[in-house]
Amino acid sequence: MADLILSPNFDHADDFYADLLDAHEGLEKQASDALNARLILVLANHIGDNGVLRQALHAAALEQE
Amino acid sequence: MNKIFEVPLYAYQSNPDQSAPAPVRHKVIVVGAGPVGLAAAIDLAQQGVEVVVLDDNDKVSFGSRAICFAKRPLEILDRLGCGQPMVDKGVLWNKGKVFFDDRKVYEFDLQPEAGDQRPAFINLQQYYLEEYLVDRIRDLQAEGAPIEIRGRNKVEAVGTHPDHVRLEVETPEGSYIVEADWVIACDGANSPMRTMMGKDFVGRVFEDNFLIADVRMEADFPTERWFWFDPPFNKGQSALLHKQPDGVWRIDLQLGWDIDKEREKRPENVIPRLKAMLGDDVKFELEWVSIYTFQCRRMEQFRHGRVIFAGDSAHQVSPFGARGANSGLQDTDNLCWKLKMVLDGTAPESLLDSYDVERIHGADENILNSTRSTDFITPKSEMSCIMRDAVLDLSEHYDFARPMVNSGRLSTPCTYDGSPLNSADGLNGPATTRPGSACPDAPLGDGYLLPKLADRFTLLTIDTDAPDQMDVDGVQVTRLALSVKDDPSLALKRRYLGDATSAVYLIRPDQHVAARRDTFEENAFRQAVRRATGKE
Repeated sequence: MADLILSPNFDHADDFYADLLDAHEGLEKQASDALNARLILVLANHIGDNGVLRQALHAAALEQE
Repeated sequence: MNKIFEVPLYAYQSNPDQSAPAPVRHKVIVVGAGPVGLAAAIDLAQQGVEVVVLDDNDKVSFGSRAICFAKRPLEILDRLGCGQPMVDKGVLWNKGKVFFDDRKVYEFDLQPEAGDQRPAFINLQQYYLEEYLVDRIRDLQAEGAPIEIRGRNKVEAVGTHPDHVRLEVETPEGSYIVEADWVIACDGANSPMRTMMGKDFVGRVFEDNFLIADVRMEADFPTERWFWFDPPFNKGQSALLHKQPDGVWRIDLQLGWDIDKEREKRPENVIPRLKAMLGDDVKFELEWVSIYTFQCRRMEQFRHGRVIFAGDSAHQVSPFGARGANSGLQDTDNLCWKLKMVLDGTAPESLLDSYDVERIHGADENILNSTRSTDFITPKSEMSCIMRDAVLDLSEHYDFARPMVNSGRLSTPCTYDGSPLNSADGLNGPATTRPGSACPDAPLGDGYLLPKLADRFTLLTIDTDAPDQMDVDGVQVTRLALSVKDDPSLALKRRYLGDATSAVYLIRPDQHVAARRDTFEENAFRQAVRRATGKE
């Protein structure tokens, strides 16, 4: 099974972070929540591997190993 | 109102058991004359097992109820002699549309798979199925088959014994005692049999109400399944429109939890809802209205000594996915050949424990699927609603999101992976026919494969040799010799051989694969037969 990458992997982390904030700029909370949800689904489909996705859910929950 | 609801289909008549000096003992008593009970009785009677059906009513069930029948149950009904009238009368459909808010987000087309005699689905009111099953019972009786159906015979008490079951039955002429070697309880989700025996029925309750209406109208809606998430005419809820025969349409409207059911059921409240959905100018007539809530749950065990539960009495699912009647028919399909062998003494009683294993596996699969559909259709938290809406919004623009839209995962045949009756897979063949699978169909010249595999153990050989007949400790196995050349459409090759050049399949009387290898090997297949009959 593939391992989830948890070390730095961005080409340009600051650029992505700025793009993410731009995408939410001016949106009401409801529209922002919807955008985040769609983004999660788009990224999850790109990853595709349920094993990696489960690791990602676990990592995002900040649970202790 | 359709008069089929009013005419007794199996009117009460006195029977000799009522005046017998001592309780009469039958081979099998089936409690409940719904689709599952009737199917069980036909299955047994056409194999020569004496059977009596008891039902507290004497008519078909009221309203359309189960309306969507999938391919596998139609194939089972073929084996029971009722498949053709179902397909002749039913509405064939394979297209659907999904709407979200005020717009269509996508449409789908479930093209039938090449090589099957039966379609993926038909829509037909449950009462027609019950009528065809009773017709079949009358035909069997005319042929002298040992089958009887007793209307207005209500079971009031159950006594379980190691070698029989004793029932107290109430009739319009008083009560009587009757006994059976085996009882099959098919008395529905609220099963009085289950209650009388004090058996558990635990699971998840969904706090939601659905209005279900059968509407007769002459409208030019296409023959498609239309599903709405959060439509303008039912804000925050869902809706379904599906066609049945006779110009009747099934409409399901989600109502939410805190409602007054009696009030919502009144025509003066139902009609404005339907007008909002169908448009003011569509003329319609209400045939049946009901409000339902649902649970996803099952009994811990389906077999309790000599009482065996089948259909909704054993397991209950949400209606999304049409997994109720469809799974009940797979229950009796699984049970009846085993019961016949146990009654004949050709298999040990423990064979019946495999009914529990295999059909609990089926029930769990159905509960999982229908629970997931329900969670998608009726999100229970703010975040699950946000995620659901995100899937729907994406599905309008991108293919990838469409498989996630869940308005019901329609019933597909259950594969008994891991069943104790399966032998290890000995063929490098297609996964669709691995041990435990329901045999897929294939066209063979002027007929189809499945009818040739019914009601007995079959050794299906494709382009290889094997004995024409085997006797394995009293179990007869009959060979069906085929060649890939028998099916120019190549469905037989695609489904049973894959990359292999020959194959031998051991197929159970319910058309499930018990074992397979590339060539015949006597010891392996004798062992597989013993295993498939509970002797290993």
